[in-house]
Amino acid sequence: METGRIRGAGALLLLAVVFVSVQPARAIPAFARKYGLPCSACHSSWPMLNNFGQTFKDNGYQLGNGKDAPIYQQPEYWPITFRVTPQWHRETNDRVAVDKIAGNASSGQVEASVASSGFDTSSIDILTGGTLSNNISFLVQPFINSGSSSISQTWVRFDNLARTRWLNLKVGKFELDEPISQERSLLLSNVGGSYYNYFFTPPGDTNFAGLGGNQLGAELSGHSENDYTRYSVALLSTFPNQTYNYYANFTQSFELPKLGLQRFGAYAYLGESPTYFQTSGGAPIAGGGLGNRSFYRVGAYGMWYVGKFDFDTFYLHGQDNVFLGNAVPANQPSALPPGAAGPAWNGGFIEAHYTYNPRFVLIGKYELIRMSRQANPGIRSDLGNLDNWAVGYRWYPIMNPRAGLAWVQEYSRSLNAGAAPLSGRDDATSSLLMGFDFDF
Amino acid sequence: MRMMADMIAHKMSVTVAFIILASGLSSHAQESHVGSLVGNAKHGKALYQRYCIFCHGPEGDGNGESAPYLDPKPRDFTKATFKCRSTPSGDLPLDSDLYDTITRGVHASGMPSWRPLLRQERADLVAYIKTFSPRFQEEPPVAPVQIPPEPPTSAESVKRGSQLFQSMNCGLCHGKEGRGNGPSAATLTDTRGYPIRPFDLTSGTRLKCGDSDSGIFRDLTTGLDGTPMPSFASALKPDQIWDLVHYIATLRAAAKLADRR
Repeated sequence: METGRIRGAGALLLLAVVFVSVQPARAIPAFARKYGLPCSACHSSWPMLNNFGQTFKDNGYQLGNGKDAPIYQQPEYWPITFRVTPQWHRETNDRVAVDKIAGNASSGQVEASVASSGFDTSSIDILTGGTLSNNISFLVQPFINSGSSSISQTWVRFDNLARTRWLNLKVGKFELDEPISQERSLLLSNVGGSYYNYFFTPPGDTNFAGLGGNQLGAELSGHSENDYTRYSVALLSTFPNQTYNYYANFTQSFELPKLGLQRFGAYAYLGESPTYFQTSGGAPIAGGGLGNRSFYRVGAYGMWYVGKFDFDTFYLHGQDNVFLGNAVPANQPSALPPGAAGPAWNGGFIEAHYTYNPRFVLIGKYELIRMSRQANPGIRSDLGNLDNWAVGYRWYPIMNPRAGLAWVQEYSRSLNAGAAPLSGRDDATSSLLMGFDFDF
Repeated sequence: MRMMADMIAHKMSVTVAFIILASGLSSHAQESHVGSLVGNAKHGKALYQRYCIFCHGPEGDGNGESAPYLDPKPRDFTKATFKCRSTPSGDLPLDSDLYDTITRGVHASGMPSWRPLLRQERADLVAYIKTFSPRFQEEPPVAPVQIPPEPPTSAESVKRGSQLFQSMNCGLCHGKEGRGNGPSAATLTDTRGYPIRPFDLTSGTRLKCGDSDSGIFRDLTTGLDGTPMPSFASALKPDQIWDLVHYIATLRAAAKLADRR
């Protein structure tokens, strides 16, 4: 017993030594390779940006040291990065409608827990970006999943228009200037790897717009020299439905002695979404959206640093038009149920990081959504409420001049009020993930 | 008996004074002072490992992993020889000089501006950079060079500056028209033996140590240690240095005008 305890303690000590040994942090894909800087220069923990990295990004991937234009690179330099995450994961859903007798659809259904596990690979992110010339930057990010591919981002940006860093214009498909970047989340699991608030719409709601996901449009942005003050405004179109949405974000930072940089800001996303479509033979025609009705998401956020700890706090208030919330075409108002109203909700999350050193970071996240008004009185008051939490760590054993490799372990769990398909009880899903996240 | 007590007291006081002096020097070497900021070398070390080590190397000797691919080469901190200083040629820089270089970056080199770092962090980095050379412990800080008030720019001043540019042989390195293509340009090396190119004063790009007229005056006065650019402090009077500054300003202004067109 004693021997086992000692061995266990020894193993823990070894792990601790391996995890926390402070080594020079260096790494690199495309940009670091171009400038010879370590990845830790731009990332507090890869892929999350620190203020230097955010400034570099806001400068149009330019350091401003007179060597940004591609003419200064070796001709064989190719600004490309691959990101892949081979992993083992286990997903469970506590309440799935299953046949009482497997394979017999007429045996009736019950709710049962279903779990699946195994090795997997993520999609492959291919990212190429940089400068086409002084003050013209670009990014192209194809995305390859099993059997399919798409363009996740593709844009060109004209930087420092009128010789001021306060005017930069980006056009294409891009990630919104989100308060906390979805693309740079440290969490990867199916249940905990995304910010639900960014994508949420109430159950039954037909609005598909949200803060999350990369969007088509044009963005005007600007920032101060040290990036403490930032703004962005974007005009977005929801192709193929041809409605226009608007997004704005403002961030201000300040230094607190002995604590570090503190950021806070506010954002607003508003627009319209179609409630029905022109059809041909009964099938919706692409681009034929009609009966547009409004929605909005507004909120505030803060990023607070206390030494090696940092906390991301995010608040959102959302509301959709009554027709969107009840999935009723706007040309059929009589179809609205009695007492119908535009659904409204509040949500937020707090995500904490403890960066022991550039090679090791602990992560914890808690996210919630609470409905404040349902689309009609027939919907139970808490349907759509969500609680999600995730914990994990990332350890970066390799950060060499051409690549970065992280070992990732995380566990996440979500509780969805009233989501059980048969009983209407609360449903829980969970995800356990361990794997390698690498970038080269 | 009393003599012995005096001797012991004297030895003790000397010992205490030495300890205080030594600890004072030691703690000074571990600190930087920039305005009201006091940089801490221990904190600076962690920042150095995050931001600087890949170019400047773990020993601060400029031999980081990226160094072979960089031109110009990263600074060797162990030599304590710095281009951008407010102190006379050959002297150590002030803490504020190092802080300003970190903040501003060094144009046309691999060294970016680190202004996005906190002011305290930049002061901490200065404190750590100073630990690479014993000179910072051994040599007391020296006073910065004096920069007299700038006289008004005039055609006469520019003309005198142009004549000085020729008579002081600036053109040997910087070229007759200041384009960085003088007859010696191709043969120049820094003190580590690496080839170095004279600055093209007509390029309109930022100067390495700051763009203001007073900054150019300071550079002409202090020289850029570690490079072939000498100090003109003893060769020229302050008024003459201002004339030279005004002439250089015209070269740069012409380039900026052409760039805007």
